[in-house]
Amino acid sequence: MTRISLTVDGARVSDDVEPRLLLVQYLRERLGKTGTVIGCDTSNCGACTVHLNGTSVKSCNVLAVQADGAEVTTIEGLATNGQLHPVQEAFRECHGLQCGFCTPGMIMQSVDLLNNNPKPTEEEIRLGLEGNLCRCTGYHNIVRAVQQASGQGAPA
Amino acid sequence: MSTTQERPADAVEREIGRDRRRKEDQRLITGRTRWTDNITLPGMVHLAMVRSPFAHARITSIDTAAAKESPNVVDVLTGADLGESLGVNINAWPITPGQVTPTHSPMPSDRVAFAGEIVAVVIARSPAEARDAAELVDVEYDVLPAALDLKEAAAATGDQGALAHPDLGTNKSAYWVFDSGEAGTGGSVEDAIAKARTDGIVIEREYRQQRLIPAFMEPRSTVVDPTGEQLTMWSATQIPHILRFALAATTGVPESKIRVIAPDVGGGFGGKLQTTPEEWITWAVARRLGKPAKYTETRSESLMAGHHGRDQWQRLTLAAEKDGTVTGFKVDLLADLGAYVSLVGGGIPVLGAFMYNSIYKFPAYRFAVQTVLTNKTWTDAYRGAGRPEATFAIERMMDELAAEVGADPLEIREKNWIKHEEFPFTTVAGLEYDSGNYEAATARAKEMLGYDELRAEQRRRRESGDPVQLGIGVSTFTEMCGLAPSRVLGSLDYGAGGWEHASVRMLATGKVEAVTGTSAHGQGHETAFSQIVADRLGVAFEDVEVLHGDTQVAPKGLDTYGSRSLVVGGEALVRAADKVIEKAKPIAAHLLEASVDDVEFSGGRFSVRGTDQGMAIGEIALATFAAHNLPDGVEASLDSDATYDPVNFNYPHGTHLCAVEVDTETGALKLRKYVCCDDIGNIINPLIVAGQVHGGLVQGIAQALWEEAVYDESGTLVSGSFVDYLLPTAADTISFEIDHTTTPSTTNTLGTKGVGEAGTIASTPAVVNAVVDAVRHLGINDIQMPCTPERVWKAITGAGGGPTEGAAMPHFDASTGMEGTVDRTTGGTDA
Amino acid sequence: MIPAQFDYLAPTSVEDALAALAEHGDDAKIIAGGQSLLPVLRMRLNAPEMVIDLGRIESLRGVRDDGDAIVIGAMTPHAVVGADPLVAEHAAVISRAVEHLADAQIRHRGTFGGALAHADPAGDLGAPALALGAEFVIQGPGGTRRVAADDFFVDLFETAIGEDEILTEVRIPKHTGWGAHYEKFVRVAHQWPIVAVAATVRVDGGTIAEARIGLTNMGSTPLRARGVEEALAGQPATEDAVRAAAARATEGTNPPSDLNGDADYRRHLATVITRRAVLAAAGG
Repeated sequence: MTRISLTVDGARVSDDVEPRLLLVQYLRERLGKTGTVIGCDTSNCGACTVHLNGTSVKSCNVLAVQADGAEVTTIEGLATNGQLHPVQEAFRECHGLQCGFCTPGMIMQSVDLLNNNPKPTEEEIRLGLEGNLCRCTGYHNIVRAVQQASGQGAPA
Repeated sequence: MSTTQERPADAVEREIGRDRRRKEDQRLITGRTRWTDNITLPGMVHLAMVRSPFAHARITSIDTAAAKESPNVVDVLTGADLGESLGVNINAWPITPGQVTPTHSPMPSDRVAFAGEIVAVVIARSPAEARDAAELVDVEYDVLPAALDLKEAAAATGDQGALAHPDLGTNKSAYWVFDSGEAGTGGSVEDAIAKARTDGIVIEREYRQQRLIPAFMEPRSTVVDPTGEQLTMWSATQIPHILRFALAATTGVPESKIRVIAPDVGGGFGGKLQTTPEEWITWAVARRLGKPAKYTETRSESLMAGHHGRDQWQRLTLAAEKDGTVTGFKVDLLADLGAYVSLVGGGIPVLGAFMYNSIYKFPAYRFAVQTVLTNKTWTDAYRGAGRPEATFAIERMMDELAAEVGADPLEIREKNWIKHEEFPFTTVAGLEYDSGNYEAATARAKEMLGYDELRAEQRRRRESGDPVQLGIGVSTFTEMCGLAPSRVLGSLDYGAGGWEHASVRMLATGKVEAVTGTSAHGQGHETAFSQIVADRLGVAFEDVEVLHGDTQVAPKGLDTYGSRSLVVGGEALVRAADKVIEKAKPIAAHLLEASVDDVEFSGGRFSVRGTDQGMAIGEIALATFAAHNLPDGVEASLDSDATYDPVNFNYPHGTHLCAVEVDTETGALKLRKYVCCDDIGNIINPLIVAGQVHGGLVQGIAQALWEEAVYDESGTLVSGSFVDYLLPTAADTISFEIDHTTTPSTTNTLGTKGVGEAGTIASTPAVVNAVVDAVRHLGINDIQMPCTPERVWKAITGAGGGPTEGAAMPHFDASTGMEGTVDRTTGGTDA
Repeated sequence: MIPAQFDYLAPTSVEDALAALAEHGDDAKIIAGGQSLLPVLRMRLNAPEMVIDLGRIESLRGVRDDGDAIVIGAMTPHAVVGADPLVAEHAAVISRAVEHLADAQIRHRGTFGGALAHADPAGDLGAPALALGAEFVIQGPGGTRRVAADDFFVDLFETAIGEDEILTEVRIPKHTGWGAHYEKFVRVAHQWPIVAVAATVRVDGGTIAEARIGLTNMGSTPLRARGVEEALAGQPATEDAVRAAAARATEGTNPPSDLNGDADYRRHLATVITRRAVLAAAGG
């Protein structure tokens, strides 16, 4: 067991963990942050995407011990004071989700994308989301949602 | 006082057709979702499965001793240990009386029939400890010859060619035929072909429907809690009601003691239309231990052991007159069932049997399918289920016919399709199409694509020998959806009906609970059904709560698949709501001191004709709840149920057009434009409809271009992870242009048609037709799916486009050189 | 999905890491960014007893100017390399390759040195490193040594790094002013390249004065296309000249056959992709 201390969605937490514990499992199983989900075992799907010290990572591809001392933001910490993040709003407004399983990761990656590139082109959005798989939407409305969140409107 | 938000009188029918944002989304975008894997119960144990690495093998021994000694292991159980408590996994649709159906034990104790089949289950206090111990279970196998190739399996006798189940003596499961000559719905196809051979056109092709994997994003998960009076199962399933029935029927637990809950379910696409060994094993373990038990699969397990889809060879013969008028179509299928006949797996090709004639007026038609057992993962429904195969076959053949005649592919279609004034139209397959307008949808789609301009560009590129060639693909599809009239299902020997059930409950506060027996897993029922009920009862959208996915809350239902939820389940809701109004009417008349005949209902209000007197339905609900002043003999409830059995399928259709660029130097394909104009009847929520179309399109396009489940010669699934089973990303797809024409269905109150599968059914042939169209002038008339760059390039260079290599990319497998021991030669650093 | 048990150390200096490596020897595995190692551990294709994490060694991060070379610390994340102005100016083909390496999340976490040391022949960095004649700085108990790129990649997932050594940094000779392009051929965006070509050229008055070409996934290691380089030297940067030179891209290759294409197809692709990469590099 290794002692780790970190901040998750603004709360300080401290636990003894096995080194093999993945960050996503720590979030889900120890902290009850089940908003972050596991969709694959090869780090292709991106459903588990969270922010680690401000940038997006796949939390299945980080050990919990590697997050010691870090600041983690999950989908559950994205809204502030009950106000949805603009990307969350845009996903709802543009119907950028259906079953919703990829959605936490898709939103977290979209936020990261816009942090780095506030006015992306459609191509930049598509490339920026290449690490996140969705099986329901065909991506069309996800791209619209990111465009809308970036203040670039969202043609149908 | 009612708390119902009253709507203005002019608001009648205003919810239907609105692009309401979804009620489901608040929890999904904030991570407050209830996936099955999120459920944790006190004392819950975790399961890990030990699976066969071999496609076909006799189990000679299973040593669980070391695993049982592993920390925090509760038990390790085999099929022999669990015995009859396991039950069996059933086939609900034997398509012929003589169908050969192997017994499907959830965990066989003697012989495994596909790689990935479960041979032991480890139960431990944590998932990690269960996995650790599973590595210690020592299973010895005696490997048997495996039936892998579909055509070889169909021909195998045991003496020559391996049998998937040697005890059955054959791999042939069932042979099912529809012949229009015999059915009296048309002429003899053999006569039509014979005639065309002498003075017409006969086109013969063989197409491959490759094996696909549904690949829903949420891996399957099951939790069973045996600690109450009832046994409760949560499962990531499309079919909680069917699941409950099957558990009762096969494990000896009374149906009344079983509660099945499908909480938030992350996609299905047919892949969760199954009763699975994993569910049955978790059920048996929880009952045996008396503890809550959970199993969640990994993605690799999901791809390997969750049912697959498609996997057919299609031998097609089209007969036509010289001008391109089709005179007959003959379809011979081989369909790969995999190792077992799954819940409805044998029937999937039959679901397509009535659709190969599509929108056309063929005078003669014959369909035959041979289902075949192999030692591969079992197959069953995948989005479209039988109808994509049919649409692909006929739409590819219509392009071939057009090429043969030298006509535009749209013209050849128009020559053969049913004209809009000919509806209702009884087809050569015996179905009555109620409505449609193929001319209108096609005209609109052509305009959207810029068809004529792109044809001109195509000519220019051909003439200049441009290395990038342009192809235009056409698919004018229809499908049958809204499964299904029970009598039809009965005539096909399906094991259940096709009705749907709904309840509408008026609460004292004026809120409404709308209960449906359908079970959403991403479709947006909570929103669309709220719109329907809100309009019907004249209450606010926000006041309707849609309840589903729990057999205790929604005790009757037949769940969600086959684009049935709206057209069957929605209709049941309409009828239940209408009954509420009927029940409220005498109460309203009584309270308004009027004759029932003088009371009319509109916009949520009962009013006395010719006066300004009236009461809102919510006020009636409160008065009914109080029951202080009801007419004699009237019960104190407005709650109503309806069970609706559809009288017919319905038949959405549309014209899909796409332009694809082919890089002739590399074989690479680029989607340039994709447009479609679908007629799905009246639309409840255009936002949701657009989402269904977009997602369906990409799944169909993915069959055309990317996805294929590939096995190697030993029966190992090579495309066993998302590294090798290629789902497209946002970067691989494009934005779509979609539109609609509307001919309302005449067989349901709302005039709606299904939309869940339309995009998938239509898009695959549109894309492949475009690819072939781009290179047809090079002498190419087919490229096998998925149209990989390699296959395209080999077709262009005349090198043939054989099967995909049965080898994976070696990034995350044993060839990383790290298996078992640490690879020191790399210095141990990694990316 | 759950790795087997292991112990874990996160040293804060290279010396401590080397000591840990010496102590645990064959039982240890080094984790850099972990973006290839963790999937392998999750699927239990490897089960080290000790994992030594280099993530806390600050000295291994960053890009610096060192006269005629730039030096990239082994633990510098891809995203940092991709955004670094020194790399863009003096080793542009690396910038181009990093742009489309894996995906954004993996570029945030995966490291330059880790990817090179992992030596996946389909990895995107080997070909640029070869093309630029990178030098690998490897530290062990006996001190530090430099290995030329040509000697670094030994075989599939195998490099010149000794079992008691750690890759600390990579020195890239400056190719200031060279045109650069990385052309990657994939079926879907999140794939490893089926074939990719790193091309960097020095164009002088319309003539290719020098060219350096690396091939991805055309053998058990990344490969240098020397035949193409020779053929290009002194040629005009025209389609015909480059096409003729690119035909030599298959020399010395031994590409794999898998789901995405057989060896013959990959050889063909290599010639086309090489031509396109060189033309793009010469034009930019």
